[in-house]
Amino acid sequence: MPRNARSGDRNSAIETRGLVRTFGENRAVDGVDLGVNAGEIYGFLGPNGAGKSTTVRMLCTLLKPTAGQATVAGYDVVDSPGEVRIRIGVALQEAALDERQTGREILDLQARLYGLSAFDRAASIARAVDLADIGSAMEDRVKTYSGGMRRRLDLAASLIHGPEVLFLDEPTTGLDPVSRAQVWDEVRRLNGELGVTVFLTTQYLEEADALADRVAIIDGGRIVEEGSPAELKRAVGADVIVVDLPSEAIAPAAAVAETVPDVDAVTQGRRGITIATADGAATVGSVAVALAGAGLHPQSLTVRTPSLDDVFLLATGYRMSTVDPTAAGGGPAAGGSDPHAGPAGAPASEGSSPR
Amino acid sequence: MSVQSEAPALAGGGMVRPVGTITDIATVARRSVRSLLREPEAMAPALIIPTFFFLVNIGALESFVERSPGIDYRAFQIPVAIIFAVTGISRASVLVIDIQTGYLDRMLVTPVRRTTLLLGMMVADVVLAVALSLVVIAMGFVAGVRFGTGLLGILLFLGLAVAWSLAFTGFPYTVALRTGNPAAVNSSFLIFFPFAFLTPAYLPRELMTGWMQTVAAWNPVTYLLEGMRSLLSAGWDAAALGKGAAAIGGLGVVTFVMAFRSLARRVATG
Repeated sequence: MPRNARSGDRNSAIETRGLVRTFGENRAVDGVDLGVNAGEIYGFLGPNGAGKSTTVRMLCTLLKPTAGQATVAGYDVVDSPGEVRIRIGVALQEAALDERQTGREILDLQARLYGLSAFDRAASIARAVDLADIGSAMEDRVKTYSGGMRRRLDLAASLIHGPEVLFLDEPTTGLDPVSRAQVWDEVRRLNGELGVTVFLTTQYLEEADALADRVAIIDGGRIVEEGSPAELKRAVGADVIVVDLPSEAIAPAAAVAETVPDVDAVTQGRRGITIATADGAATVGSVAVALAGAGLHPQSLTVRTPSLDDVFLLATGYRMSTVDPTAAGGGPAAGGSDPHAGPAGAPASEGSSPR
Repeated sequence: MSVQSEAPALAGGGMVRPVGTITDIATVARRSVRSLLREPEAMAPALIIPTFFFLVNIGALESFVERSPGIDYRAFQIPVAIIFAVTGISRASVLVIDIQTGYLDRMLVTPVRRTTLLLGMMVADVVLAVALSLVVIAMGFVAGVRFGTGLLGILLFLGLAVAWSLAFTGFPYTVALRTGNPAAVNSSFLIFFPFAFLTPAYLPRELMTGWMQTVAAWNPVTYLLEGMRSLLSAGWDAAALGKGAAAIGGLGVVTFVMAFRSLARRVATG
């Protein structure tokens, strides 16, 4: 088969086998296998430095893999980068725009870079102007734009040539809640109406939960979990019991909780333990009794449904611990309700002991 | 075997098509020229410096140098002014910003030919060099300088100035692509000083002495100045023009090899 030929499976938008990228001694991406179907929104979830952006840069032909293989829109990213480039749209982290140009000029430049004819250019720019939805600001220089306006323009520019696969690298990082909701709506619309495959990296659990058909969780350059958000959460258990405890009581409490019938897994956090179980309402009483019997007195006991952060915790042994400014009450991204998430920037060290 | 790619259809029914190198250069140049026109203030130093040196040099040295027979010092100084105006101008500072903001990456994920990212910016450099050169030539005319070689001589004079400017841009682009650092790009202007001053900028080479004369003999700007001066005073002097063109070509080959290698390294995906 010629080196720049499209591979057989038209239903596969992205496929990687053993993808590796090293920087010196650091294996930023360490054997990633992915399979993204055409037409799906695929969430690539992980904390800062997990290898998300490096993976995206390889898939977008900006970076060569050290080892392994990757095809995007049916073409190998190393052998046929040109074929890949005309089929993908890319909005990298921190909307990259030329501040001295107007929004319209940026869209025009983008259309020309893809070699659109004058006729197609006019139609594509008109569509992109609608998509960006920034009104008369389209004629203003980008330096006058807000963060949300930049993101929308960036997104519109990345779609100017009608790509088959759209890469969004942390598209809502740093956005206010309203702008974030607009980007989410747009991603859903692009996927739903135009059938664009979306590969979305995010460090926001709720973003992956809300948008993605399937999610891969990456940590330390490796995929640690993959599945639909519902499947992944189901794997944790139907319910989660969060037990707040003084620090000296955490280890003994975990040991006691593991003996309680119907407890599937116990994970220790900095401020307590998290218990996965099939029926939280039925089990919480037994947990409370067992702890009291051992002379341990929880500060609080809460039953809730599992979040993707619980999935992450179970897979990696620590929480993502990202403070999401749009989460309710400005709390952690893991649903805002999780008292065991650590502070921003530093993963809370937690131990997991699934039974 | 070549394979015709099945280019993806646009929603509008069109196709994304591969375009030629010239189209890519025109696309990149369009943006560069537009941003150039939006910062006319950037032209100010490039005009103030040569005007200042032209006036000061003439004021200080005209009557002294013109004691030597056959020297029109104003004509002698116009090539110096034009070299001061056009040397080191480039869009390298914009390229650094593109690197820092990620806009270069945005362009690199498109099918645009990599070399045209630099060539397109150089088109804007040429536009600026032509504009600056015309202003300096006009200043020369106001000062009473005339071209012994007529209109063709003026065009060649302009051509040499612009070609020199372009040949020199390889330095700042190399620094921009190697470092991605705006301060380093601004500092790259320093390389201009030995090029500009270790030359017969003030006095004809035969009046220079000692090590300066030796260094000037190795400086390409010496031959550029002498070639340009020949168009003003000596009439057509093929040898002087040939040496001037060779000086430009020699420097151009060196700086372009450096710049395009740096570009290749910067956009290398390895």
